[in-house]
Amino acid sequence: MNFPQIVQYSLSGITVGSIYAITAIGFNIVYCTTGVINFAQGEFLVVGAMTAISLSRVVPLPVAIALAVLLTTALGGLIELVFIRRARDASVLRLIVITIGLSIVIREAMLHIWDETVRSLPYFTGTTVSTITILGAHISPQILWVLGVSAVIVTALTLFFRFTTVGRAMRACSDDRMAARLCGINDRWMVTLSFMLSAGIGALAGCVISPVTQTQYDMGAPLAIKGFTVAILGGLGNSMAAVVAGLFLGLLEAFTVSQFAAAYKEVVAIVVLLLILVFRPSGLFARRDVSALRTA
Amino acid sequence: MGKRLAVVLSILIVGLVLGAPQSGKREKSPKQKAKQAAATPIKVGAIFAVTGGASNLGAPEQKTAMMFVEKLNSAGGINGQKITLIVKDSGSKPENAISLTKQLIDEEKVLAIIGPSTSGETMAIKNICQEGKTILLSCAAAEDIVNPIASWVLKTPQKDSDAVRRIYQTMKDMGITKIGVVTSNDGFGVAGGAQLAKLAGEHGITIAISEVYDKQATDLTDVLTKIKGQDVKAVVNWSIVPAQSLVAKNMKQIGLDVPLFQSHGFGNIKYVQAGGEAANGTIFPCGRLLVAESLPGSNPQKKVLMSYKQDYEKRYKEDASTFGGHAYDALLILTEAIKKAGSADPAKVRDAIENLKGVVGTGGIFSFSPQDHNGLNQDAFEMLTVKNGKFAIYEKKK
Repeated sequence: MNFPQIVQYSLSGITVGSIYAITAIGFNIVYCTTGVINFAQGEFLVVGAMTAISLSRVVPLPVAIALAVLLTTALGGLIELVFIRRARDASVLRLIVITIGLSIVIREAMLHIWDETVRSLPYFTGTTVSTITILGAHISPQILWVLGVSAVIVTALTLFFRFTTVGRAMRACSDDRMAARLCGINDRWMVTLSFMLSAGIGALAGCVISPVTQTQYDMGAPLAIKGFTVAILGGLGNSMAAVVAGLFLGLLEAFTVSQFAAAYKEVVAIVVLLLILVFRPSGLFARRDVSALRTA
Repeated sequence: MGKRLAVVLSILIVGLVLGAPQSGKREKSPKQKAKQAAATPIKVGAIFAVTGGASNLGAPEQKTAMMFVEKLNSAGGINGQKITLIVKDSGSKPENAISLTKQLIDEEKVLAIIGPSTSGETMAIKNICQEGKTILLSCAAAEDIVNPIASWVLKTPQKDSDAVRRIYQTMKDMGITKIGVVTSNDGFGVAGGAQLAKLAGEHGITIAISEVYDKQATDLTDVLTKIKGQDVKAVVNWSIVPAQSLVAKNMKQIGLDVPLFQSHGFGNIKYVQAGGEAANGTIFPCGRLLVAESLPGSNPQKKVLMSYKQDYEKRYKEDASTFGGHAYDALLILTEAIKKAGSADPAKVRDAIENLKGVVGTGGIFSFSPQDHNGLNQDAFEMLTVKNGKFAIYEKKK
């Protein structure tokens, strides 16, 4: 493989990897505050993109995207208020099953509202054939948007969790919910906020990848599985690790295609997940003592 | 209170979960609701992928079928007998197609089944129809449907082997010999890939690289980068939506600037719109419906094509597609055979179909025989291309 080809595969891998990473971060945010894996996370991406596509017919694109993110955030909060909060005494397993059911309901609702046509947002800059050259590799300018927005999301979240009061309150809930309540933190609202936040970033990610991947009502489930794989790979609850793990998996898939038949691309992700679950179930980056506390 | 609410909600969710995937909608043509005339109506079943991944195929097929039967019935039916069309929605799933087929054969006792829309579904029910001695007029393209021949199973779309032959001939005219092939992993893609591999040698084409991708793939830049690395002079993509537009876009974006040939599944203006500028220049074989207006008046198909196109577009306010045309052809063939046989006896109608010659349909001019259950050859295809976002007849560059 010559150098431009290596760059091309790497860019392809990083693009896909950053999409996985954002989905995984969504999983992590909810997991941190509730211990629940929200399997409807993948659907938030699709709902956000579909809403933006419908709105972009009446308002300019940036406004459509902003509105779509707000609406999806509201949806996330609504889901939490109606389904998760009421079942607050339920075991984690019950809550997970509820989220699986929710993902199916959302998917069918999307089918009825938007039908199964494949749609996409217009490219933010350029058209379907624009291409820019980086180190000999050619990519669509939209790829830079995907990478840029992903980086902004990760940075903003890190700053949010580290430096803002609300962010620190959410971290407190994830460390020890009872202790947080004793400190006067309203843990129930933190849970709602975590759903809203993960829905919002999911929607934003869905909008920015829509020109590249195209959007169809049933895209959410495969994406959620990959995102979940990446979240486990990095260690549940660790967002920075999710980013690294996502990029790692994306690159692994891209270079697998370069060497083997492309048909085996999906196998790689599943094999990696199996290996991790067998040999290092707490994830590549998790500390052993943290994983011991996580059994719920 | 909270626990009761949780129970109610859980039941609601379970109910939705169970109810949601199953979409066996039953629709009867409006004529059937009115009291029928003295003659018993002929029951014809139809299984289309009205929803689900292949709805771009099934929805126009359903609309066309209903339009055809209504027109026929309002003209008095066939020899005074009206047709009752029972349409079922398979949701693009072979498992649903199987259970719906059994329902149509065992409970409704239909004379014939039109559809299904996809090759995967058709292959799943081929044996059931054969054993149930029910005529199956499939709207799906795979060669396997009529090869090996099952005496009760026919199809109306053109053969994919003929599509491949026309593609290769066009390539030869363009002086292309080294190509790359990408196919999706569904029934249609696999069948197409097999034909491409089989017929390459006799047309002097070398397939330098052939890759299979997941039909739900959202990004194909890595597969296409691999193709690009082999220095091919053209790419052939065999899939249905959404990959068709994705391949076109990704190719242009990574700078793979060679001609893109698509399968005859590309024949819907929506795919062109999804691909935007990247779709311009695509070359593909197709039935003549999409360029009906540009055909010379002497073309034997022009009248049928223009009449179907105008009727469909007037009634449903959307562009006609070749997929709807397959359903039109299936019903045309069935009704012509019933007329010819003078009865609705399954065996007699089937034999009548096998003796039909020169039936002018939307997909081509059909001539059946006991050995030929498709009735079309290469001439059913016209090579089309995309110019400025519209379909046009492909002109050979002199």
